[in-house]
Amino acid sequence: MEFLVATAIGAMTAAGVYLVLRARTFPVIIGLTLLTYATNLFLFATGRLAVNLPPVISADAAAYTDPLPQALVLTAIVISFGMTAVIVVMSLRAYLETGNDHVDLPGDASPEAREDDWKLLGRKQGEPAARAAAGLEERA
Amino acid sequence: MSLVLIVLLPFVGALLPALMIRAGRNACATSTFTFTLLAFALLLSHAPAVFRGEVVQAGWDWLPALGLNANFFLDGLGFFFAGLILGIGLLIIVYARFYLAKDDPMGSFYTYLLLFQGAMVGIVLSDNILLLLVFWELTSLSSFLLIGYWKHLPEGRQGARMALAVTGAGGLAMIAGMLILGDIAGSYNLTDILQHKDAIQASPLYLPALLLILAGCFTKSAQFPFHFWLPHAMAAPTPVSAYLHSATMVKAGLFLMARMWPVLAGTVEWFYIVATTGLITMLVGAVIALFKDDLKGLLAFSTVSHLGLVTMLLGFGTPMAAVAAVFHILNHATFKAALFMNAGIIDHEAGTRDIKRLGGLLHLMPVTATLAMVAAASMAGLPPLNGFLSKEMMLHEAAATAWLGNGWVVPALATLAACFSVAYSLRYIVHVFFGPQRSDYPHTPHDPPAGLWLPPALLVVLVVLIGLLPATVAGPLVAVVAQAVIGGALPDYHLALWHGVNIALALSVVAVVVGLGALHAYPRVRAVWQAGPHPEAKAMFDAVMAAALALAQRVTHGLHNGSLQRYLAFAIGAMTLAGFATFIGASHEAGTRELLPAEPVAVVAWLLLLGGCVLTVMFFRQRLLSVLVVGTVGLIVCVAFIYLSAPDLALTQISVEVTTVILILLALYFLPKASPLSSTVSADPLRHLRDGVLALIAGGGMGLVSWAMLTRDGSSLSTYYLENSVSGGGGTNVVNVILVDFRGFDTFGEIIVLGIAALAIYALLDGALHGRVARRLSAWTPDLPVSVDRHPIIMVVATRVMLPLALLVGAYIFLRGHNQPGGGFIAALVVSIALIMQYMASGFGWAAQRVRVNYHAMIGAGVLIAAGTGIASMVLDRPFLTSAFDHFHLPLVGEFELASAMAFDTGVFLTVVGAVMLALANLSRMGRLTGQRPVNRTAMDVDPSMGMSKEHN
Repeated sequence: MEFLVATAIGAMTAAGVYLVLRARTFPVIIGLTLLTYATNLFLFATGRLAVNLPPVISADAAAYTDPLPQALVLTAIVISFGMTAVIVVMSLRAYLETGNDHVDLPGDASPEAREDDWKLLGRKQGEPAARAAAGLEERA
Repeated sequence: MSLVLIVLLPFVGALLPALMIRAGRNACATSTFTFTLLAFALLLSHAPAVFRGEVVQAGWDWLPALGLNANFFLDGLGFFFAGLILGIGLLIIVYARFYLAKDDPMGSFYTYLLLFQGAMVGIVLSDNILLLLVFWELTSLSSFLLIGYWKHLPEGRQGARMALAVTGAGGLAMIAGMLILGDIAGSYNLTDILQHKDAIQASPLYLPALLLILAGCFTKSAQFPFHFWLPHAMAAPTPVSAYLHSATMVKAGLFLMARMWPVLAGTVEWFYIVATTGLITMLVGAVIALFKDDLKGLLAFSTVSHLGLVTMLLGFGTPMAAVAAVFHILNHATFKAALFMNAGIIDHEAGTRDIKRLGGLLHLMPVTATLAMVAAASMAGLPPLNGFLSKEMMLHEAAATAWLGNGWVVPALATLAACFSVAYSLRYIVHVFFGPQRSDYPHTPHDPPAGLWLPPALLVVLVVLIGLLPATVAGPLVAVVAQAVIGGALPDYHLALWHGVNIALALSVVAVVVGLGALHAYPRVRAVWQAGPHPEAKAMFDAVMAAALALAQRVTHGLHNGSLQRYLAFAIGAMTLAGFATFIGASHEAGTRELLPAEPVAVVAWLLLLGGCVLTVMFFRQRLLSVLVVGTVGLIVCVAFIYLSAPDLALTQISVEVTTVILILLALYFLPKASPLSSTVSADPLRHLRDGVLALIAGGGMGLVSWAMLTRDGSSLSTYYLENSVSGGGGTNVVNVILVDFRGFDTFGEIIVLGIAALAIYALLDGALHGRVARRLSAWTPDLPVSVDRHPIIMVVATRVMLPLALLVGAYIFLRGHNQPGGGFIAALVVSIALIMQYMASGFGWAAQRVRVNYHAMIGAGVLIAAGTGIASMVLDRPFLTSAFDHFHLPLVGEFELASAMAFDTGVFLTVVGAVMLALANLSRMGRLTGQRPVNRTAMDVDPSMGMSKEHN
């Protein structure tokens, strides 16, 4: 059982890391979700594994599993939900603002960033890069 | 405690000018004056004790673990400097009131001035050297504001920046020096450090500490080669120059050298570093001052020269020289502040302070001229003024000092500097006030209002009085200050005008004669000067700064190219490296803990999970697919929680899972449904290879760590929680008791975070409902086939039927949470899902009409209820969030238990529901903007609450 959990943590971490390093916001969100699973499972596992020993006090229970990691992970799950929600909405807003769901700023070094897949109406190819450049000039 | 108040009053006063300026410039100046006067009066109230030789102490522990305590002490030296700072401060405040023009923002001026004043007083009264450093940095910052006060002048901004860069850099060096010093002495309190002379001077770290501390002192006091910032700081308004460069900022370095004199001085290193620097500075400053045409420039270099003089005297390391140094600090402060204000008057009234455009002002500005002549004569060191007295003492000490065994170097150079000093001082008189009247002054010069000339006049009176009656007027003060500097017995000295014919008098006469000669032949002397090289410090400084900036930019842009992918790769790479660095060092073979058998069901789940991971990676471009697959992975994690005795986690995980998937799907409605082709492996194989390798290493590492951990036994605090859950928290579900009771404070913080996250989401989405984005959204056409049936009747009916059931389940989970798996979090998520289903099935408009809850208020109420539960226990004299519970008996219902944790859990419940609903409801609100598609008129699109007939009309 321990082997299964350890390898599952490893697999989810690897998949999460790979996706987090992608260039578009959506895979990054998915990657973060996977990393969250991995981290939560890892934290949970610090209490070691136990079957049929829930930490609910009762007269006929022989032993209990460690409740502390569970409480911490419960908090972690809820907090990571909050984080995921913020990131999802941020990526949505960024996409609506720029017409591009690349994780880098338009006009940045990465050639991928310049490519536009704006699907909303009234928009021409190449416009965001030009507008971003104009914005930079204004700031300078 | 009034000692602490002396330091605090200016800071408190600094809050007022910005408000008082609304009541007029006089009110503004008066409030500033009053606070300074109060501080000054408090200081004077300690005078009797100080003159009795007592040391007044006050303060409290601030961060005792770091040795940082807010301790202040007042001895002769601190009293003297604080008196200079506050006394001259009073004069400057009056002077500035009349000096500043109508359109100068006076409120901010006085605020900066008081900040600076408070910081200076803090330096001179601090007992703790760490506290002193804080004030030291504060003077750098506040003087930056003061020097750059005229923001519209590029010279002002550049001067301020230069002063900040130079004094700030010195301050950084000094921090290191002070830390070393405190380490040697074993205490950061000055009063302790000053007792450890032998230990400090014997320490191998004495020289590094000395060099670092001197770097701070020399930069602050504009000693060669750091003198260049001071003349550029002259771009400040004259009151600032008069304040900063006569009595305060530049004296801070001298103060510190005097303060540390008992423990640092007297060594060979001290003598050669400090005395030599002082000597060079004195000479260089005096020479350059003679050739400055700008009155303030002349005074600035003169200040540099006089600071050098005092530094040299302190560097001599003899008690007698220390007395002379103290006396000269006093004298310099009086005549130099008067002269700066005088230069300001000339600038103000004649419209220029360029000596070449001035001359013949004697009859036009008789009062100004008289004051200038007395003060400048004192600066020249002419009898019977105070400058003469201390200069005599300086020459006397210089004549007795050998440098590398050579007896004439110091006196000769000191006398040479004195010659130049005489020459530039007299030039200030002769070239400005004498000579023919001109017709081309920018303004017609006349004497200023009394507010401008009275402050310098007061100082000039002091100049004369100290000169005539030194022993009476300044004697006691010099004695008590010198006592504090020397820290031992005072030498035998005598403050008097006439000491008989001696070497000092002879050198003085030489200086006056040569100085007069130089002024007489000024054009020729100047021609010689002009022919020589003039290294321009500002150009060098600018070049150094430009080079540093270019280097910083190259490094920064080289590393930070704006690509999140790169940053994340670096961050993950670094974390992985750090993880492996410790992992490889430790033993990481499998441990000996008895393992659980792997049931076939578990293996199947494990295979599913691995398959899910592989699928998400392979098909990450197909976004809908990846959401589904990742949801499956989440479900398996949830099943694992159930299997591994964590029912609470499983419940939370599944409800969070559902909420997250709903959220992602709502967002995906607008986002592109697939990543572009450029994201495929073949488009950039190298990047994918790099990421793949990184991912495998990171994942492998996590797997190995988990394996190593899971195969070993560990110790845990959990026995405490298991034993005390029922007796202390009144609940049998230990996880829930930990959340709402033992670690309730964590949970309290967590719901606040969740509330903030929801508000951030609201802000992000609300912003998208207006302006450009909203226009785009309304012109948006869905990129997926859309069902003609907007509100499928089966879904509508099912969700509506489920709503009360789901609410009931929520209530049940909530109520049993303390004793069985469940609780506020899970209940809140269940209720949120039920509610959000209504939005999804029946549309935002329909749901929003019926759910008339302000989610913002709900979040706030939740946090307040949770906080209220905590505070209630404080009212009962228990620590925050201590819980109480009792058992009650109700007929029919039977025995039941009420715990205060239940109220806390209610707060959690409300916050979580509010947060989730605020986020999801606003996301679904965006859907409304996406075009006005025709409402389907089929029977399916029925709002049952409206009745069928209306829909068919």
